[in-house]
Amino acid sequence: MGAATEKKIRVVVAKPGLDGHDRGAKIIARALRDAGMEVIYTGLHQTPEQIVETAIQEDADAVGLSILSGAHMTLVPRVIELLSDQGIEDVLVTVGGTIPADDVPQLKALGVAEVFGPGANTQEIVDFIRERAGGVKT
Amino acid sequence: MIARVVSEQRSSLAQRLMNGDKRALARAISLVEDNDREGWRLVRELYPHTGRAAVVGFTGPPGSGKSTLLGALTKLERGRDRTVGVLSIDPSSPFTQGALLGDRIRLAEHFLDPGVFIRSMASRGALGGLSEAALQAALLMDAAGRDLILLETVGVGQAEVDIIDHADTVVLVLMPGSGDSIQALKAGVMEIPDVIVVNKSDHPLTDTMVREIKGVLALGPRGSWEVPVIRTEAVRGEGTEDVAAALSEHRAHIEQEGTLSERRRRNLMNEVLSLAAFRMRRELQASIYEDAEVRELLDRVVAREIDPATAAARILEGRSAIQKR
Repeated sequence: MGAATEKKIRVVVAKPGLDGHDRGAKIIARALRDAGMEVIYTGLHQTPEQIVETAIQEDADAVGLSILSGAHMTLVPRVIELLSDQGIEDVLVTVGGTIPADDVPQLKALGVAEVFGPGANTQEIVDFIRERAGGVKT
Repeated sequence: MIARVVSEQRSSLAQRLMNGDKRALARAISLVEDNDREGWRLVRELYPHTGRAAVVGFTGPPGSGKSTLLGALTKLERGRDRTVGVLSIDPSSPFTQGALLGDRIRLAEHFLDPGVFIRSMASRGALGGLSEAALQAALLMDAAGRDLILLETVGVGQAEVDIIDHADTVVLVLMPGSGDSIQALKAGVMEIPDVIVVNKSDHPLTDTMVREIKGVLALGPRGSWEVPVIRTEAVRGEGTEDVAAALSEHRAHIEQEGTLSERRRRNLMNEVLSLAAFRMRRELQASIYEDAEVRELLDRVVAREIDPATAAARILEGRSAIQKR
């Protein structure tokens, strides 16, 4: 691909499950947008199926899941499973929200690239996604 | 060898796209969006397979309910077993080039329907660049066998009108209680829509608005198609059947009158011209950075030695001299 291509990082920011607290997701969406990325915000109460379908149709480079309900050990594995069922291996998955430290290793073992808890620096998140999702897709 | 591998990959992507593979369609749209050469080649290959889908464009001020109306219409069309492609365009920030695309939220109930493909697109700032990628994306959806393509874009300004150029039928979505919409009507958007929808019709000023629109319409020239003004409350699905009916009627009308092919001819001509203009502009912009003469010329404009129009003429003279060589 020549220099004429204008690849933009496309990120799906999703709220799986039943919690309605989307302030964090909106802050992240805004930070990623301000960093020059294209953010597709799905809205509240999404099922893992809806999120994965969105990631496919929007050809996303990354999916950020925001969960504050405590159901992350159910929802995140399901998203990862559905992605892998579809043969999608090039989409970066990150998780944000109230995730107890004890659960982080397990989520990472499943394939989550990083977990960002409360107080995480938005610049750190932007840098992480840019570095890990900015590559050319295969 | 490498070229052959690439071309085989492309063919398989084209093949998968035509077989209705959503991932192939999604990737193909990214390629044209990113101005990737593979994307253009793909469109070239698939173009003979396009022209079957009905393309309906929706425009109107932010918050007038376009996405919600699209969601309701998608539901109706799916009930009739027609496949739908939705292309929602939101603006990119002119400062960071980033974008927040949120039109999907109103279409959530269709996410898992295999007969619906939804894609959000950012305008990406570049003048003209938006409508190019949007038309290419619509062509790709067409080639992928979508029966109906719904294009959605914010605003009623000139740039949006360009996108609407790609549609067979144009719907203007307004809402009561906003003086803006009447301003927009006065400003010449009146000639553009084939159907006008007044959404959020539970608003007390709905009747006033409908009356005003009809009044403005009556002042214009009368064509063979009378622009219907339809009241809807899209969020409850009220009046959306009337919109669907008006869309079918308009479609039948333009097919019967022969204006569909005329419209498409005009749209495609505009498309070719704007693509050419877009590429020229891009080359020109690149030349500012690469060409010392152009830079010098610009410096002289800044120093008030040459006026902008003369400088522009000299750049164009320079270009045609190079091309003749």
